[in-house]
Amino acid sequence: MKRSAQVPVLFGAKASAISTGSGPRPDVAKAIPAGLKTLLLSTLEWFGELGEFCARLVKAMVTPPYEGRELLRQMDEVGAKSLPLVAMAGAAIGVVLSMHTRDSMAQFGAKSLLPQLIILSLVKETGPIITALVVSGRVGAGIGAELGSMKVTEQIDAIEASAVNPYKFLVATRVLACMLMLPLLTIAADFCGIVTGWIANALVEPMSLRFFLNQGLAQANLADFLPSTFKTVVFGFIIGVIGCFQGMNARGGTAGVGRASTSAVVLASLFVILADVVLVRLIITLFPQ
Amino acid sequence: MTMTKQDDNKPAIRLHRLSKTFGDQKVLDRLDLEIYCGETVTVLGRSGTGKSVMLKLIIGLQQPDDGEIEIDGEKMAALSLDDLNRVRKKVGFLFQQAALYDSLTVEENVAFPLRRHTAMTDDQRQARVRELLARVQMEEAVDKMPGDLSGGMKKRVGLARALALDPEIMLLDEPTAGLDPITASEINELIRELQNERHMSSIVVTHDMRSVEKVADRVALLNEGRIFFEGTLREMIASDDPFVAKFIEASGEVK
Repeated sequence: MKRSAQVPVLFGAKASAISTGSGPRPDVAKAIPAGLKTLLLSTLEWFGELGEFCARLVKAMVTPPYEGRELLRQMDEVGAKSLPLVAMAGAAIGVVLSMHTRDSMAQFGAKSLLPQLIILSLVKETGPIITALVVSGRVGAGIGAELGSMKVTEQIDAIEASAVNPYKFLVATRVLACMLMLPLLTIAADFCGIVTGWIANALVEPMSLRFFLNQGLAQANLADFLPSTFKTVVFGFIIGVIGCFQGMNARGGTAGVGRASTSAVVLASLFVILADVVLVRLIITLFPQ
Repeated sequence: MTMTKQDDNKPAIRLHRLSKTFGDQKVLDRLDLEIYCGETVTVLGRSGTGKSVMLKLIIGLQQPDDGEIEIDGEKMAALSLDDLNRVRKKVGFLFQQAALYDSLTVEENVAFPLRRHTAMTDDQRQARVRELLARVQMEEAVDKMPGDLSGGMKKRVGLARALALDPEIMLLDEPTAGLDPITASEINELIRELQNERHMSSIVVTHDMRSVEKVADRVALLNEGRIFFEGTLREMIASDDPFVAKFIEASGEVK
Protein backbone atom coordinates (compact mmCIF):
# COMPACT_ATOMS: atom_id res chain seq x y z
CA MET A 1 0.00 0.00 0.00
CA LYS A 2 1.00 3.57 -0.20
CA ARG A 3 3.09 5.60 2.21
CA SER A 4 0.25 7.68 3.59
CA ALA A 5 -1.30 4.65 5.23
CA GLN A 6 1.85 3.89 7.14
CA VAL A 7 2.54 7.41 8.33
CA PRO A 8 -0.67 9.23 9.09
CA VAL A 9 -0.45 12.94 8.58
CA LEU A 10 -1.78 13.43 12.08
CA PHE A 11 1.73 12.87 13.44
CA GLY A 12 3.15 15.73 11.43
CA ALA A 13 5.20 13.40 9.25
CA LYS A 14 4.63 15.82 6.42
CA ALA A 15 6.31 18.64 8.32
CA SER A 16 9.14 18.56 5.79
CA ALA A 17 6.73 20.05 3.30
CA ILE A 18 6.67 23.20 5.45
CA SER A 19 10.14 23.22 7.02
CA THR A 20 12.82 24.85 4.92
CA GLY A 21 16.12 24.28 6.73
CA SER A 22 18.88 26.89 6.85
CA GLY A 23 18.48 28.60 3.46
CA PRO A 24 17.03 32.01 2.83
CA ARG A 25 13.88 32.86 4.74
CA PRO A 26 10.97 31.13 3.01
CA ASP A 27 8.05 32.85 1.52
CA VAL A 28 5.69 32.02 4.34
CA ALA A 29 2.64 33.05 2.35
CA LYS A 30 3.49 30.40 -0.25
CA ALA A 31 4.92 27.74 2.06
CA ILE A 32 1.93 27.50 4.38
CA PRO A 33 -0.69 26.90 1.70
CA ALA A 34 1.64 24.34 0.04
CA GLY A 35 2.07 22.57 3.38
CA LEU A 36 -1.65 22.63 4.03
CA LYS A 37 -2.32 21.26 0.58
CA THR A 38 0.09 18.36 1.18
CA LEU A 39 -1.47 17.73 4.57
CA LEU A 40 -4.97 17.77 3.14
CA LEU A 41 -4.07 15.46 0.27
CA SER A 42 -2.29 13.00 2.57
CA THR A 43 -5.24 12.99 4.95
CA LEU A 44 -7.68 12.35 2.11
CA GLU A 45 -5.42 9.62 0.73
CA TRP A 46 -5.26 7.99 4.19
CA PHE A 47 -9.05 8.02 4.53
CA GLY A 48 -9.40 6.69 0.97
CA GLU A 49 -7.14 3.75 1.74
CA LEU A 50 -8.94 3.16 5.03
CA GLY A 51 -12.23 3.06 3.10
CA GLU A 52 -10.82 0.53 0.65
CA PHE A 53 -9.52 -1.50 3.59
CA CYS A 54 -12.99 -1.49 5.21
CA ALA A 55 -14.62 -2.62 1.95
CA ARG A 56 -12.25 -5.61 1.75
CA LEU A 57 -12.87 -6.32 5.42
CA VAL A 58 -16.66 -6.35 5.04
CA LYS A 59 -16.38 -8.68 2.03
CA ALA A 60 -14.08 -10.99 4.01
CA MET A 61 -16.51 -10.96 6.96
CA VAL A 62 -19.61 -11.96 4.98
CA THR A 63 -18.19 -14.53 2.56
CA PRO A 64 -17.39 -18.13 3.60
CA PRO A 65 -15.27 -19.91 4.68
CA TYR A 66 -15.20 -18.47 8.19
CA GLU A 67 -12.22 -18.64 10.55
CA GLY A 68 -14.13 -19.83 13.65
CA ARG A 69 -11.09 -21.12 15.59
CA GLU A 70 -9.14 -17.92 15.06
CA LEU A 71 -12.20 -15.83 16.02
CA LEU A 72 -12.48 -17.72 19.34
CA ARG A 73 -8.75 -17.22 19.97
CA GLN A 74 -9.09 -13.50 19.32
CA MET A 75 -12.21 -13.24 21.53
CA ASP A 76 -10.13 -14.74 24.33
CA GLU A 77 -7.28 -12.34 23.56
CA VAL A 78 -9.50 -9.25 23.40
CA GLY A 79 -12.14 -10.20 25.95
CA ALA A 80 -10.87 -12.50 28.68
CA LYS A 81 -7.36 -11.05 28.77
CA SER A 82 -8.62 -7.44 28.93
CA LEU A 83 -11.13 -8.21 31.68
CA PRO A 84 -8.86 -7.63 34.72
CA LEU A 85 -7.68 -4.25 33.42
CA VAL A 86 -11.18 -3.11 32.43
CA ALA A 87 -12.63 -4.29 35.76
CA MET A 88 -9.93 -2.38 37.66
CA ALA A 89 -10.56 0.77 35.62
CA GLY A 90 -14.32 0.50 36.20
CA ALA A 91 -13.83 -0.09 39.92
CA ALA A 92 -11.51 2.90 40.25
CA ILE A 93 -13.96 5.16 38.43
CA GLY A 94 -16.79 4.04 40.75
CA VAL A 95 -14.79 5.05 43.84
CA VAL A 96 -13.60 8.32 42.34
CA LEU A 97 -17.10 9.31 41.23
CA SER A 98 -18.42 8.66 44.72
CA MET A 99 -15.62 10.64 46.43
CA HIS A 100 -15.80 13.60 44.03
CA THR A 101 -19.54 14.10 43.94
CA ARG A 102 -20.47 13.43 47.58
CA ASP A 103 -19.50 16.91 48.88
CA SER A 104 -21.03 18.77 45.91
CA MET A 105 -24.29 16.87 46.23
CA ALA A 106 -24.33 17.49 49.98
CA GLN A 107 -23.93 21.25 49.39
CA PHE A 108 -27.08 21.23 47.26
CA GLY A 109 -28.91 18.99 49.73
CA ALA A 110 -29.17 16.28 47.07
CA LYS A 111 -27.21 13.50 48.77
CA SER A 112 -30.06 11.09 48.14
CA LEU A 113 -29.41 11.47 44.41
CA LEU A 114 -25.83 10.23 44.78
CA PRO A 115 -26.56 6.57 43.87
CA GLN A 116 -28.48 7.72 40.81
CA LEU A 117 -25.64 10.01 39.73
CA ILE A 118 -23.02 7.28 40.15
CA ILE A 119 -25.00 4.56 38.39
CA LEU A 120 -26.29 6.65 35.49
CA SER A 121 -23.01 8.40 34.80
CA LEU A 122 -21.21 5.06 34.85
CA VAL A 123 -23.67 3.24 32.65
CA LYS A 124 -24.42 6.02 30.19
CA GLU A 125 -20.97 7.41 29.57
CA THR A 126 -18.06 6.72 31.89
CA GLY A 127 -18.21 2.91 31.69
CA PRO A 128 -18.35 2.70 27.87
CA ILE A 129 -15.72 5.35 27.17
CA ILE A 130 -13.28 4.16 29.85
CA THR A 131 -13.64 0.58 28.57
CA ALA A 132 -13.07 1.69 24.98
CA LEU A 133 -10.00 3.75 25.87
CA VAL A 134 -8.48 0.99 28.00
CA VAL A 135 -9.09 -1.55 25.20
CA SER A 136 -7.69 0.94 22.64
CA GLY A 137 -4.50 1.01 24.65
CA ARG A 138 -4.16 -2.69 25.32
CA VAL A 139 -5.70 -4.31 22.26
CA GLY A 140 -5.07 -1.55 19.70
CA ALA A 141 -1.36 -1.55 20.51
CA GLY A 142 -1.30 -5.36 20.52
CA ILE A 143 -2.99 -5.69 17.13
CA GLY A 144 -0.86 -2.92 15.60
CA ALA A 145 2.37 -4.49 16.86
CA GLU A 146 1.42 -8.09 16.02
CA LEU A 147 0.25 -7.39 12.48
CA GLY A 148 3.08 -4.92 11.99
CA SER A 149 5.66 -7.52 12.92
CA MET A 150 3.88 -10.11 10.76
CA LYS A 151 4.06 -7.66 7.87
CA VAL A 152 7.77 -6.88 8.19
CA THR A 153 8.69 -10.55 8.65
CA GLU A 154 6.70 -11.56 5.53
CA GLN A 155 4.20 -13.65 7.49
CA ILE A 156 1.30 -11.83 5.82
CA ASP A 157 2.89 -12.53 2.42
CA ALA A 158 3.18 -16.18 3.48
CA ILE A 159 -0.55 -16.31 4.30
CA GLU A 160 -1.37 -14.86 0.88
CA ALA A 161 1.09 -17.23 -0.85
CA SER A 162 -0.80 -20.11 0.85
CA ALA A 163 -3.91 -18.98 -1.06
CA VAL A 164 -5.54 -17.74 2.16
CA ASN A 165 -7.10 -14.28 2.34
CA PRO A 166 -5.25 -12.39 5.12
CA TYR A 167 -8.27 -10.10 5.54
CA LYS A 168 -10.34 -13.13 6.47
CA PHE A 169 -7.79 -14.78 8.76
CA LEU A 170 -6.19 -11.75 10.40
CA VAL A 171 -8.45 -8.72 10.06
CA ALA A 172 -12.05 -9.98 10.13
CA THR A 173 -11.39 -12.16 13.19
CA ARG A 174 -9.78 -9.33 15.17
CA VAL A 175 -12.37 -6.71 14.25
CA LEU A 176 -15.27 -9.08 15.00
CA ALA A 177 -13.69 -10.06 18.32
CA CYS A 178 -13.41 -6.38 19.30
CA MET A 179 -17.03 -5.71 18.27
CA LEU A 180 -18.36 -8.70 20.22
CA MET A 181 -16.24 -8.22 23.34
CA LEU A 182 -16.53 -4.45 23.89
CA PRO A 183 -20.19 -4.53 25.10
CA LEU A 184 -19.40 -7.42 27.46
CA LEU A 185 -16.34 -5.67 28.84
CA THR A 186 -18.41 -2.50 29.26
CA ILE A 187 -20.98 -4.40 31.32
CA ALA A 188 -18.14 -5.73 33.47
CA ALA A 189 -16.72 -2.22 33.96
CA ASP A 190 -20.19 -0.86 34.83
CA PHE A 191 -20.75 -3.65 37.34
CA CYS A 192 -17.39 -3.14 39.07
CA GLY A 193 -17.89 0.64 39.13
CA ILE A 194 -21.35 0.34 40.69
CA VAL A 195 -20.13 -2.10 43.36
CA THR A 196 -17.13 0.04 44.33
CA GLY A 197 -19.27 3.19 44.14
CA TRP A 198 -21.63 1.60 46.65
CA ILE A 199 -18.71 0.48 48.86
CA ALA A 200 -17.19 3.99 48.88
CA ASN A 201 -20.61 5.43 49.65
CA ALA A 202 -21.40 2.86 52.34
CA LEU A 203 -18.11 3.49 54.13
CA VAL A 204 -19.13 7.11 54.68
CA GLU A 205 -22.85 6.58 55.14
CA PRO A 206 -23.85 2.95 55.70
CA MET A 207 -26.48 1.65 53.28
CA SER A 208 -27.32 -1.73 51.79
CA LEU A 209 -26.50 -2.58 48.17
CA ARG A 210 -30.20 -3.17 47.60
CA PHE A 211 -31.06 0.33 48.83
CA PHE A 212 -28.22 1.83 46.74
CA LEU A 213 -29.49 0.08 43.61
CA ASN A 214 -33.13 0.95 44.29
CA GLN A 215 -32.22 4.60 44.70
CA GLY A 216 -29.93 4.60 41.68
CA LEU A 217 -32.30 2.86 39.34
CA ALA A 218 -35.51 4.59 40.47
CA GLN A 219 -35.75 6.82 37.40
CA ALA A 220 -33.84 4.60 34.99
CA ASN A 221 -35.22 2.60 32.09
CA LEU A 222 -33.79 0.33 29.37
CA ALA A 223 -33.18 3.28 27.05
CA ASP A 224 -30.58 4.47 29.54
CA PHE A 225 -28.64 1.20 29.37
CA LEU A 226 -28.98 -0.48 26.00
CA PRO A 227 -27.93 2.26 23.53
CA SER A 228 -24.97 3.34 25.62
CA THR A 229 -23.80 -0.24 26.09
CA PHE A 230 -24.26 -1.24 22.46
CA LYS A 231 -22.61 1.89 21.09
CA THR A 232 -19.39 0.19 22.16
CA VAL A 233 -19.85 -2.17 19.19
CA VAL A 234 -18.88 0.86 17.08
CA PHE A 235 -15.92 1.54 19.37
CA GLY A 236 -14.85 -2.09 18.94
CA PHE A 237 -15.06 -1.71 15.16
CA ILE A 238 -12.90 1.42 15.30
CA ILE A 239 -10.27 -0.16 17.57
CA GLY A 240 -10.07 -3.34 15.47
CA VAL A 241 -10.00 -1.59 12.09
CA ILE A 242 -7.44 1.06 13.05
CA GLY A 243 -5.18 -1.50 14.76
CA CYS A 244 -5.28 -3.86 11.76
CA PHE A 245 -4.93 -1.05 9.20
CA GLN A 246 -1.89 0.49 10.87
CA GLY A 247 -0.34 -2.95 11.46
CA MET A 248 -0.83 -4.21 7.92
CA ASN A 249 0.72 -1.05 6.52
CA ALA A 250 3.81 -1.17 8.75
CA ARG A 251 7.11 -0.69 6.96
CA GLY A 252 10.74 -0.34 7.87
CA GLY A 253 11.62 -3.15 10.30
CA THR A 254 11.21 -2.87 14.06
CA ALA A 255 10.96 0.92 13.95
CA GLY A 256 7.98 0.52 11.62
CA VAL A 257 6.37 -1.93 14.05
CA GLY A 258 6.79 0.61 16.86
CA ARG A 259 5.22 3.34 14.73
CA ALA A 260 2.33 1.05 13.77
CA SER A 261 1.66 0.20 17.40
CA THR A 262 1.81 3.79 18.64
CA SER A 263 -0.27 5.18 15.80
CA ALA A 264 -2.87 2.44 16.31
CA VAL A 265 -3.37 3.49 19.95
CA VAL A 266 -3.38 7.23 19.26
CA LEU A 267 -5.70 7.07 16.26
CA ALA A 268 -8.06 4.50 17.80
CA SER A 269 -8.40 6.60 20.99
CA LEU A 270 -8.97 9.76 18.97
CA PHE A 271 -11.60 8.20 16.70
CA VAL A 272 -13.34 6.54 19.67
CA ILE A 273 -13.70 9.94 21.37
CA LEU A 274 -14.93 11.59 18.16
CA ALA A 275 -17.36 8.75 17.48
CA ASP A 276 -18.64 9.04 21.04
CA VAL A 277 -19.68 12.66 20.44
CA VAL A 278 -21.64 11.65 17.34
CA LEU A 279 -23.17 8.57 18.97
CA VAL A 280 -24.29 10.44 22.11
CA ARG A 281 -26.01 13.04 19.91
CA LEU A 282 -27.64 10.23 17.93
CA ILE A 283 -28.79 8.40 21.07
CA ILE A 284 -30.27 11.59 22.56
CA THR A 285 -32.16 12.17 19.31
CA LEU A 286 -33.41 8.60 18.95
CA PHE A 287 -34.14 7.95 22.64
CA PRO A 288 -35.35 11.27 24.08
CA GLN A 289 -35.70 11.40 27.90
CA MET B 1 20.62 -33.39 -18.13
CA THR B 2 19.29 -29.96 -18.78
CA MET B 3 18.74 -30.60 -22.43
CA THR B 4 16.15 -33.28 -21.88
CA LYS B 5 14.12 -31.00 -19.62
CA GLN B 6 14.21 -28.13 -22.10
CA ASP B 7 13.47 -30.45 -24.98
CA ASP B 8 10.11 -31.19 -23.35
CA ASN B 9 9.48 -27.58 -24.38
CA LYS B 10 6.83 -26.99 -21.77
CA PRO B 11 7.65 -24.10 -19.48
CA ALA B 12 6.17 -24.42 -15.99
CA ILE B 13 6.95 -20.73 -15.47
CA ARG B 14 7.41 -18.18 -18.21
CA LEU B 15 8.44 -14.59 -17.52
CA HIS B 16 8.23 -12.30 -20.53
CA ARG B 17 9.57 -8.73 -20.60
CA LEU B 18 8.90 -8.35 -16.86
CA SER B 19 9.48 -4.87 -15.44
CA LYS B 20 9.16 -3.50 -11.93
CA THR B 21 10.11 -0.10 -10.57
CA PHE B 22 10.18 1.12 -6.95
CA GLY B 23 10.29 4.90 -6.81
CA ASP B 24 13.17 5.94 -9.06
CA GLN B 25 14.79 2.52 -9.01
CA LYS B 26 14.08 0.16 -11.90
CA VAL B 27 14.54 -3.23 -10.27
CA LEU B 28 13.50 -5.47 -13.17
CA ASP B 29 13.84 -4.27 -16.74
CA ARG B 30 12.17 -6.42 -19.43
CA LEU B 31 13.34 -9.67 -17.84
CA ASP B 32 12.80 -12.92 -19.79
CA LEU B 33 13.13 -16.32 -18.18
CA GLU B 34 11.59 -19.76 -18.68
CA ILE B 35 11.64 -22.61 -16.19
CA TYR B 36 10.84 -25.97 -17.75
CA CYS B 37 8.86 -28.73 -16.10
CA GLY B 38 10.94 -30.66 -13.59
CA GLU B 39 14.04 -28.46 -13.75
CA THR B 40 15.67 -26.41 -11.04
CA VAL B 41 16.98 -23.00 -11.98
CA THR B 42 19.06 -21.02 -9.53
CA VAL B 43 18.91 -17.27 -9.89
CA LEU B 44 22.09 -15.48 -8.88
CA GLY B 45 22.84 -11.81 -8.68
CA ARG B 46 24.13 -9.07 -6.47
CA SER B 47 22.02 -7.91 -3.51
CA GLY B 48 19.21 -5.58 -4.48
CA THR B 49 19.00 -6.74 -8.09
CA GLY B 50 15.39 -7.87 -7.73
CA LYS B 51 15.70 -11.62 -7.24
CA SER B 52 13.24 -11.78 -4.33
CA VAL B 53 10.96 -9.28 -6.08
CA MET B 54 10.88 -11.62 -9.08
CA LEU B 55 9.65 -14.49 -6.88
CA LYS B 56 6.96 -12.27 -5.32
CA LEU B 57 5.80 -11.17 -8.76
CA ILE B 58 5.50 -14.79 -9.86
CA ILE B 59 3.19 -15.70 -6.96
CA GLY B 60 1.18 -12.47 -7.30
CA LEU B 61 2.26 -10.87 -4.01
CA GLN B 62 3.33 -7.83 -6.03
CA GLN B 63 2.17 -6.67 -9.43
CA PRO B 64 4.56 -6.06 -12.34
CA ASP B 65 4.55 -2.65 -14.00
CA ASP B 66 4.83 -4.34 -17.37
CA GLY B 67 5.31 -7.77 -18.90
CA GLU B 68 3.70 -11.18 -18.53
CA ILE B 69 3.91 -14.08 -16.10
CA GLU B 70 2.59 -17.49 -17.07
CA ILE B 71 2.34 -20.48 -14.76
CA ASP B 72 1.44 -23.74 -16.48
CA GLY B 73 0.31 -21.70 -19.48
CA GLU B 74 -2.06 -19.48 -17.45
CA LYS B 75 -1.47 -15.76 -17.63
CA MET B 76 -1.42 -14.48 -14.04
CA ALA B 77 -2.57 -10.94 -14.87
CA ALA B 78 -5.83 -12.24 -16.35
CA LEU B 79 -6.81 -14.34 -13.32
CA SER B 80 -9.55 -13.51 -10.83
CA LEU B 81 -8.61 -13.77 -7.13
CA ASP B 82 -10.18 -17.25 -6.92
CA ASP B 83 -8.22 -18.43 -9.95
CA LEU B 84 -5.06 -16.81 -8.63
CA ASN B 85 -5.52 -18.75 -5.39
CA ARG B 86 -6.09 -21.96 -7.39
CA VAL B 87 -2.72 -21.39 -9.09
CA ARG B 88 -1.06 -20.46 -5.78
CA LYS B 89 -2.02 -23.87 -4.38
CA LYS B 90 0.24 -25.42 -7.03
CA VAL B 91 3.19 -23.37 -5.80
CA GLY B 92 5.22 -23.83 -2.61
CA PHE B 93 7.11 -20.77 -1.37
CA LEU B 94 9.98 -20.82 1.11
CA PHE B 95 10.58 -17.29 2.37
CA GLN B 96 14.02 -15.94 3.17
CA GLN B 97 13.39 -15.87 6.94
CA ALA B 98 10.95 -18.84 6.67
CA ALA B 99 8.05 -16.53 7.71
CA LEU B 100 6.56 -19.05 10.15
CA TYR B 101 3.46 -17.78 11.93
CA ASP B 102 4.68 -16.69 15.37
CA SER B 103 1.41 -17.34 17.17
CA LEU B 104 1.04 -20.93 15.91
CA THR B 105 3.00 -24.05 16.88
CA VAL B 106 5.16 -25.87 14.34
CA GLU B 107 2.36 -28.39 13.83
CA GLU B 108 -0.24 -25.65 13.29
CA ASN B 109 2.10 -23.87 10.87
CA VAL B 110 2.43 -26.94 8.67
CA ALA B 111 -1.28 -27.73 9.03
CA PHE B 112 -2.25 -24.17 8.04
CA PRO B 113 -2.65 -24.78 4.28
CA LEU B 114 -4.00 -28.31 4.84
CA ARG B 115 -6.73 -27.07 7.18
CA ARG B 116 -7.93 -24.55 4.61
CA HIS B 117 -7.51 -26.35 1.29
CA THR B 118 -8.14 -30.03 1.97
CA ALA B 119 -11.07 -32.02 3.35
CA MET B 120 -8.80 -34.06 5.65
CA THR B 121 -10.07 -35.20 9.04
CA ASP B 122 -8.12 -34.11 12.11
CA ASP B 123 -6.38 -37.51 12.28
CA GLN B 124 -5.46 -37.49 8.60
CA ARG B 125 -4.15 -33.95 8.85
CA GLN B 126 -2.11 -34.76 11.91
CA ALA B 127 -0.61 -37.81 10.20
CA ARG B 128 0.24 -35.74 7.13
CA VAL B 129 1.89 -33.03 9.24
CA ARG B 130 3.99 -35.64 11.08
CA GLU B 131 4.98 -37.20 7.76
CA LEU B 132 6.07 -33.82 6.37
CA LEU B 133 7.97 -32.92 9.52
CA ALA B 134 9.67 -36.32 9.52
CA ARG B 135 10.74 -35.68 5.91
CA VAL B 136 12.60 -32.54 7.01
CA GLN B 137 13.84 -34.22 10.23
CA MET B 138 11.80 -31.95 12.47
CA GLU B 139 9.27 -34.36 13.97
CA GLU B 140 10.52 -33.73 17.50
CA ALA B 141 9.69 -30.00 17.21
CA VAL B 142 6.01 -30.57 16.53
CA ASP B 143 4.76 -28.72 19.63
CA LYS B 144 7.39 -25.98 19.68
CA MET B 145 6.74 -22.35 18.87
CA PRO B 146 8.70 -20.76 15.98
CA GLY B 147 10.44 -18.44 18.47
CA ASP B 148 12.09 -21.48 20.07
CA LEU B 149 13.66 -22.70 16.80
CA SER B 150 17.09 -21.94 15.30
CA GLY B 151 17.43 -20.45 11.80
CA GLY B 152 18.08 -23.84 10.20
CA MET B 153 15.13 -25.44 12.00
CA LYS B 154 12.84 -22.62 10.85
CA LYS B 155 13.95 -23.19 7.25
CA ARG B 156 13.17 -26.90 7.56
CA VAL B 157 9.70 -26.23 8.99
CA GLY B 158 9.16 -23.60 6.26
CA LEU B 159 10.04 -26.25 3.69
CA ALA B 160 7.59 -28.71 5.25
CA ARG B 161 4.84 -26.05 5.13
CA ALA B 162 5.68 -25.22 1.50
CA LEU B 163 5.41 -28.93 0.61
CA ALA B 164 2.11 -29.47 2.43
CA LEU B 165 -0.13 -29.24 -0.64
CA ASP B 166 2.22 -31.29 -2.88
CA PRO B 167 3.17 -28.35 -5.08
CA GLU B 168 4.25 -28.78 -8.69
CA ILE B 169 6.41 -25.68 -8.44
CA MET B 170 8.75 -24.53 -5.66
CA LEU B 171 10.06 -21.01 -5.17
CA LEU B 172 12.90 -20.85 -2.66
CA ASP B 173 14.20 -17.47 -1.55
CA GLU B 174 17.75 -17.83 -0.25
CA PRO B 175 17.21 -21.17 1.49
CA THR B 176 20.71 -21.21 3.02
CA ALA B 177 21.13 -17.50 3.87
CA GLY B 178 22.34 -16.91 7.41
CA LEU B 179 23.04 -20.59 8.12
CA ASP B 180 26.32 -22.16 9.18
CA PRO B 181 28.07 -24.20 6.45
CA ILE B 182 27.04 -27.58 7.85
CA THR B 183 23.34 -26.66 8.22
CA ALA B 184 23.43 -24.96 4.79
CA SER B 185 24.86 -28.14 3.27
CA GLU B 186 22.12 -30.21 4.95
CA ILE B 187 19.43 -27.89 3.60
CA ASN B 188 20.96 -28.11 0.09
CA GLU B 189 21.00 -31.88 0.37
CA LEU B 190 17.38 -31.88 1.49
CA ILE B 191 16.32 -29.68 -1.43
CA ARG B 192 18.13 -31.97 -3.89
CA GLU B 193 16.48 -35.06 -2.39
CA LEU B 194 13.05 -33.43 -2.56
CA GLN B 195 13.63 -32.47 -6.20
CA ASN B 196 14.57 -36.05 -7.03
CA GLU B 197 11.55 -37.45 -5.19
CA ARG B 198 8.89 -35.06 -6.44
CA HIS B 199 10.25 -33.76 -9.78
CA MET B 200 9.07 -30.25 -9.04
CA SER B 201 9.95 -27.25 -11.19
CA SER B 202 11.90 -24.86 -8.97
CA ILE B 203 13.48 -21.47 -8.81
CA VAL B 204 16.12 -21.12 -6.11
CA VAL B 205 17.29 -17.58 -5.44
CA THR B 206 20.67 -17.71 -3.74
CA HIS B 207 24.09 -16.16 -3.21
CA ASP B 208 25.51 -19.48 -2.14
CA MET B 209 27.55 -21.10 -4.95
CA ARG B 210 27.63 -24.39 -3.04
CA SER B 211 23.85 -24.33 -3.23
CA VAL B 212 24.10 -23.83 -6.98
CA GLU B 213 26.50 -26.75 -7.32
CA LYS B 214 24.21 -28.98 -5.32
CA VAL B 215 20.74 -28.18 -6.65
CA ALA B 216 20.91 -26.35 -10.01
CA ASP B 217 20.12 -27.82 -13.41
CA ARG B 218 20.57 -24.37 -14.87
CA VAL B 219 21.85 -21.00 -13.64
CA ALA B 220 20.49 -17.54 -14.44
CA LEU B 221 22.58 -14.52 -13.49
CA LEU B 222 20.60 -11.33 -12.93
CA ASN B 223 22.22 -7.98 -13.56
CA GLU B 224 20.71 -4.53 -14.08
CA GLY B 225 17.19 -5.93 -14.11
CA ARG B 226 17.72 -8.56 -16.80
CA ILE B 227 19.04 -12.09 -17.13
CA PHE B 228 22.66 -11.42 -18.00
CA PHE B 229 23.72 -15.03 -18.34
CA GLU B 230 21.75 -18.27 -18.65
CA GLY B 231 23.24 -21.76 -18.84
CA THR B 232 24.65 -24.64 -16.84
CA LEU B 233 27.08 -24.03 -13.99
CA ARG B 234 29.85 -25.52 -16.14
CA GLU B 235 29.06 -23.05 -18.91
CA MET B 236 29.02 -20.23 -16.39
CA ILE B 237 32.44 -21.19 -15.06
CA ALA B 238 33.77 -21.45 -18.61
CA SER B 239 32.35 -18.06 -19.61
CA ASP B 240 34.87 -15.38 -20.49
CA ASP B 241 32.44 -12.52 -19.89
CA PRO B 242 34.15 -10.15 -17.40
CA PHE B 243 31.06 -9.74 -15.17
CA VAL B 244 30.37 -13.49 -15.01
CA ALA B 245 34.05 -14.19 -14.36
CA LYS B 246 34.12 -11.55 -11.63
CA PHE B 247 31.01 -13.04 -10.01
CA ILE B 248 32.52 -16.54 -10.03
CA GLU B 249 35.84 -15.26 -8.74
CA ALA B 250 34.20 -13.27 -5.93
CA SER B 251 32.24 -16.31 -4.76
CA GLY B 252 35.54 -18.27 -4.65
CA GLU B 253 33.86 -21.54 -3.70
CA VAL B 254 33.15 -23.40 -6.90
CA LYS B 255 35.37 -26.32 -7.82
